[in-house]
Amino acid sequence: MSMPFYVSPEQLMKDRADYARKGIARGRSVVVLQYDDGIAFATENASRALHKISEIYDRIGFAAVGKYNEFENLRVAGVRYADLRGYSYDREDVTARGLANAYAQTLGTSFTTESKPLEVEIVVAEVGRAAAGDQIYRLAYDGSVTDEHGYVVMGGQAERLGGLLATDWRAGLTLPEVLALAVRTLGAPAEDGGEVRAIPAAQLEVAVLDRTRPRRTFRRLAGALLEDLLDAD
Amino acid sequence: MSSSDTSASGRLPHAFTTPGSSSFVEFLSSHAPQLLPGNRPASDVQAPHGTTILALAFAGGIVMAGDRRATMGSMIASREIEIAGTAGLAVELVRLFQLELEHYEKIEGSLLSLDGKANRLATMIRGNLGLAMQGLAVVPLFGGFDLDRRVGRIFSYDVTGGRYEEHDHHAVGSGSVFARGSLKKLWRPGLDAAGAVRVAVEALVDAADDDSATGGPDHTRGIWPVVATVTESGYLRVADADLAAVADEVEQERRRTHEGRGGAR
Repeated sequence: MSMPFYVSPEQLMKDRADYARKGIARGRSVVVLQYDDGIAFATENASRALHKISEIYDRIGFAAVGKYNEFENLRVAGVRYADLRGYSYDREDVTARGLANAYAQTLGTSFTTESKPLEVEIVVAEVGRAAAGDQIYRLAYDGSVTDEHGYVVMGGQAERLGGLLATDWRAGLTLPEVLALAVRTLGAPAEDGGEVRAIPAAQLEVAVLDRTRPRRTFRRLAGALLEDLLDAD
Repeated sequence: MSSSDTSASGRLPHAFTTPGSSSFVEFLSSHAPQLLPGNRPASDVQAPHGTTILALAFAGGIVMAGDRRATMGSMIASREIEIAGTAGLAVELVRLFQLELEHYEKIEGSLLSLDGKANRLATMIRGNLGLAMQGLAVVPLFGGFDLDRRVGRIFSYDVTGGRYEEHDHHAVGSGSVFARGSLKKLWRPGLDAAGAVRVAVEALVDAADDDSATGGPDHTRGIWPVVATVTESGYLRVADADLAAVADEVEQERRRTHEGRGGAR
């Protein structure tokens, strides 16, 4: 068989998108949920050191699925972007929207111009002074941005788990309620009628952006504190 | 690739996505060196100088205190300054140092050791040497709670970035000579937090007494020194109401001894 000389742009983009989607679908899901006092992030992650959820700035958090080296690189870039902006202007002037735009351009450029698209999907969330001010942006591998409200699921079974959250999530849930919902969703069976897996606290990576905290609102929940919160509901 | 080809596409510059350093200062010096203090030309300028700061150890950590007057010549430029050295530079240096530590913490996911922080600050002071030679010196006093050794520790610096660990107590700034004398007499081992705050306020009052560039507690306007405790659980600013009470106590006691011709201490 001879090498084809012409590949239609549609075919080229479709191949790249399929490639990126496959890479992203291999990983475990991450859920991001709003609750009454902030925004909670949760995922199943056995590692205590390789985080999928991290702090970017005072009120901004970051969650990602896909290839670790690629999203780690984006995370570090995000921290540098936010710190540089906060240092040149003021801490108040660092916004999730600005960061989401910078990420969108980076992902979009990689998708169209580089030989391999980035196999990542990320969420940039900013906690407001009140629930109405919360912002959650979801960025896909091709640089498309969606402004989400309430909850987001990324990774392996995003659509299916998103459907589960759509029925159970409502505004004004408390932290224990929202964590119970997150763990139930992450452990949901791959097919209807299957058993819900119980995920022990040690296998979870959980963090919150807590609007009641001054200045740096990001906080990781682990160990005894997380177990108490999970038992509370 | 140069940075010009990335601005066209609007993506994050390559300096941002280059793996490696978790130091914000190193990132700034490669990406935006004009934002670093010490990289700007300065001729002979009259800039405000911050005044006295001191630190002393107590049983559970350290207390740090500073007066709030910045002076330009003998004029008071601002009533709300917390750091010693040339005020503008000192504020910038403290801001950059705080960010440097926070940046490291976010990127590495772990805290720098207290020695690591102290050395990092020394490097930053050294970077400011050019300006120090022109009279714009910044001399910080750095104190913190060492989580490994479980004690409060105090570090002082000279303009060339020399780092010296101090024992028990130390003061820097124009009124430091008087504050140090006062600390030497008043400091006792095993002080509690309240006692240490009292000693800090007395030392600042002594410094303000003899140094025109140090401001004492201002009862009329309700301006008190900045006093904070640093313990295992972190940095805690002492409330103005508590400081007012301590300053009042000190004032009363001095008035009594003065009226009895015992000297103003």
